[in-house]
Amino acid sequence: MRRWLAAMAALISLGATQPPEGVAVDVLMAETPAQKLADYRLFTDAGARRPNGGLTPYGLNTPLFSDYAEKFRLVWLPPGTQAQYTADGVLAFPVGAVLVKTFAYPADLRHPDENIRYVETRLLIHQAAGWVARTYLWNAEQTEAVLKRAGARLEVGFVDGQGRARSVDYAVPNQNQCKECHQLDKAVTPIGPKARNLNGDFVYVEGAENQLAHWTRWGLLSGAPGPAAAPRTVRWDDAAASVDGRARAYLDANCAHCHNPRAVASNSGLFLGVEETRPAALGVGKQPVAAGRGAGNLNVGIDPGHPDTSIIAYRMASREPGVMMPELGRSVIHEEGLALIRQWIAGMPVRNSGLPNPAEGR
Amino acid sequence: MKFATALLAASALAGVAQAGTIRVGPGPDAQERIQTALLDAKPGDTVQLAAGRYELTDGLSLDVNNVTVKGAGPKATVLSFKGQKGAGEGLLITSDQVTVRDFAIEDSRGDGIKSKGADEISFVNVRVEWTGGPKETNGAYGVYPVSSTNVLIDRVVVRGASDAGIYVGQSKNIVVKNSRAEFNVAGIEIENSMNADVFDNVATRNTGGILVFDLPNLPQMGGHSTRLFRNKVVDNDTPNFAPKGNIVAGVPTGTGIMVMANRNVHVFNNDIAGNQSTAVMLVSYTQKFDDKTYNPLPRDIVVRDNKIGKNGWNPQFKGGPMIAQMMGGSLPPVVWDGVTSFAGLSDVVNVRITDGPVLNLNLPAPGQVEQAKPSVAKTIGGTPVAEPDAVVLPKRQADLGG
Repeated sequence: MRRWLAAMAALISLGATQPPEGVAVDVLMAETPAQKLADYRLFTDAGARRPNGGLTPYGLNTPLFSDYAEKFRLVWLPPGTQAQYTADGVLAFPVGAVLVKTFAYPADLRHPDENIRYVETRLLIHQAAGWVARTYLWNAEQTEAVLKRAGARLEVGFVDGQGRARSVDYAVPNQNQCKECHQLDKAVTPIGPKARNLNGDFVYVEGAENQLAHWTRWGLLSGAPGPAAAPRTVRWDDAAASVDGRARAYLDANCAHCHNPRAVASNSGLFLGVEETRPAALGVGKQPVAAGRGAGNLNVGIDPGHPDTSIIAYRMASREPGVMMPELGRSVIHEEGLALIRQWIAGMPVRNSGLPNPAEGR
Repeated sequence: MKFATALLAASALAGVAQAGTIRVGPGPDAQERIQTALLDAKPGDTVQLAAGRYELTDGLSLDVNNVTVKGAGPKATVLSFKGQKGAGEGLLITSDQVTVRDFAIEDSRGDGIKSKGADEISFVNVRVEWTGGPKETNGAYGVYPVSSTNVLIDRVVVRGASDAGIYVGQSKNIVVKNSRAEFNVAGIEIENSMNADVFDNVATRNTGGILVFDLPNLPQMGGHSTRLFRNKVVDNDTPNFAPKGNIVAGVPTGTGIMVMANRNVHVFNNDIAGNQSTAVMLVSYTQKFDDKTYNPLPRDIVVRDNKIGKNGWNPQFKGGPMIAQMMGGSLPPVVWDGVTSFAGLSDVVNVRITDGPVLNLNLPAPGQVEQAKPSVAKTIGGTPVAEPDAVVLPKRQADLGG
C-alpha cells in the first residue's frame, strides 16, 4: 500500500525529485552503529547540508569551545513525543531522541557562512538502554562521513577572527572520550540542551524566535514556562551582560561537565557548574589536589584579584597535555574565553592574599 | 540472539568466562589499533599487547568491565607516550574488574595509568617511568587509582613521578605490595582513603618514602585504618622536585614515612634508614582551609617495632637544623608536631610510639613552628589502638597476587 502510494506520488510529481524518505529509526536504534552517517537518513543530501524532515536546528547561549570550530546542532524526536522541561540540568528527552552536532570550519572565521568544511558529525542517540555517542568523520571531498571509533587527529587550517592564518591539530575523540565528558553518574548524557542554555533566540528559516517557545509551539517540549519565567544562561560574549554571569556561564559550559560532583572530575573537589555557590568548591583559595605540574607552581585555583596566580587561568592558557584544561576537545588556547576568566578573577575582591579567612573556615 | 545472551548470562553465573583474546602488536597506527581493541573488548576478554615498543600520540582509555590488558612483561612491552598530544594520562580506566599487567608506560605527559571510579582494579607487574629522571615537568602520578573500592597494586615499579609514584586517593580496601617506588617526589601515597595495607614494598631514592595523608575539600575525607609494615624505606634523598602548590611540595627531602592528618595508622616492622630529615614524621595539615567536616590532626597513630637505622642527620624543614643541633647532631627516629587540639573539634588525639626516642614539638596549633617547645621522650605511651584487620580483596583479585 505504502509503496504503491509512493509510486503514485512519484508519477504525479514527474520530473520533481522523489520525496525523501524519513529518518531511519531502525538504524538509529540498532545496537551496532551504522558505518556511514548517510545510513541514518538524517539529511537528504550526501553532504549533510539539508536536514531531513522533523529535524530542528538549535543553538546554545554559551557553548563549549572546540578549537574555534563552528557547530551546527539539530534535534530529532520520534513523532508525537516531547522533551520534558526541567529548570535545572538537561531537558528530559524521550527514548528515540537524536542530537546531531556537526563540527566545521569556515575558511575564514570573519565570514562564517562561506566555504565551510565539515570535520565530523557527532550523534547522541537515546536508545532504550540509554544514550550512546557516535562520531562520523567527513572525507576531504565532503561527500561522505564514516564511523570513527578510536579517535583521530586532523590538521585543519582557517583564518581567525583577527585575520591571522591558523592551523589546529584537531582531535576527533575516541568513543570513550565522548563519554568522559558526556556522563553523569557513569551514564552517557547530553550536556548542552539545558533549558537555561536554550533560552534565547534562534534564527529559523521563518525568522527569529525564542527556542523554548519554538520547541513548545512545535510540540517538541512540554511543561516549559514562558521564556521570561525560565532560567537563562547569558551569552559568554555578550558585552552587555555582567562579567560574573558571563564567566559562570563559560565555566558551566566548558568545565562543569567534568567538574561536577557526579562526573569525571568529582575527585578534584572543584565544581564549576552555575549552581555551585561554595567559594572553595569554585576554587577560591582552594589548594590543588592531584594537579601535578598542572598547578604551575601556584597555590590556589582562584586567587581573587590575581589571575596570574590562579591555577584555573594558568591551565586555560596552556596547550601542554597534563597541564591544559579542558583535557579533551581543544589544542589551541581560547584567547577570548581566557580573557573573560582573567577579567572575572581580577575583579574579585582581594581577601587575605587569596586564602579563605580562617575565621570563616570554621 | 536472545538465546546467546541467556547462554552468556548462564555461563557468567557459573563462573565460566567466555574469554576471548584480542591481540595487538607494535607498528604503525598503534594508537588506533590499541584503542580499537580496548573498545572492542567484551567482558571476560584479554587485550594482549605483544612484545615491542608502541609509539602513542594520544591518551588510551578502557571503559569495559572485566577486561585484562596484558603485555609480555614490563621490559618487553613498552607503551611510549613521548609524542603524546592530548589527554591527562597515558591510560585511563573507568570500568570495574579491570586488570592491567605485564607492560610498561613511559613518558606520559600527565599521569601514567589512572583509574577513576573503577572497582576491583588491579595493577600487576607494571612499570611506569619517566625516562629522563626526576623532573618537575614529569607527570604527577605513576599509577593513580582514585575513587575506587578494592584496589590491588602488586609488583609495580614507578620512577620519576613529580608527585607520587604509587598514589591511591579517595578509595577503600587497598593492598599495595611487592612494589618499588624510586626517584619520585613521594614513593607511595595513600590519601583520603580507608583500609589500606601497604607491605613488602621498597621506597628508595624518593624525596619522601611513604605518605599517608588526609586533605580537606574533597568528596571523600576522613581517611583511616592504614597499616604500613615490612616495607624498606631507605635512602630517600632526591631533592623535592614537585611543582610548588602541590601538597607534596612540602615534603622535606629525606623523609622516610610521613603521616599527615588521617586516623588509625599503624607503622610497624619496617626497615627505615638513610633518610636525612627524619625516619617517621607525624604532622598536622598546616594550610588554611574552609571545610567544617575536616580534621587536620593525625590521631590514633601507632609506631612500633620498626628497624630504624641512621636518619635525621640533616633535616630539611624549617627549624629542623637548629633542633638537630640542640639534640647533638641529628633528630630522633620519630618527630611529632604534638598538636593535640583544634578549634571546634572534640576528637581526642592519641598517639602510641614505642620506637623512641620521640621529638615532640608541642606546637599549639598546626604549623606554628615558631612556638615550638621541643621535648624528647623515650616513648609516648598513649592508650592502645586496636590494629585494623588485614585488608581482604575479592577472591578473583586476591588470586592475581604473587
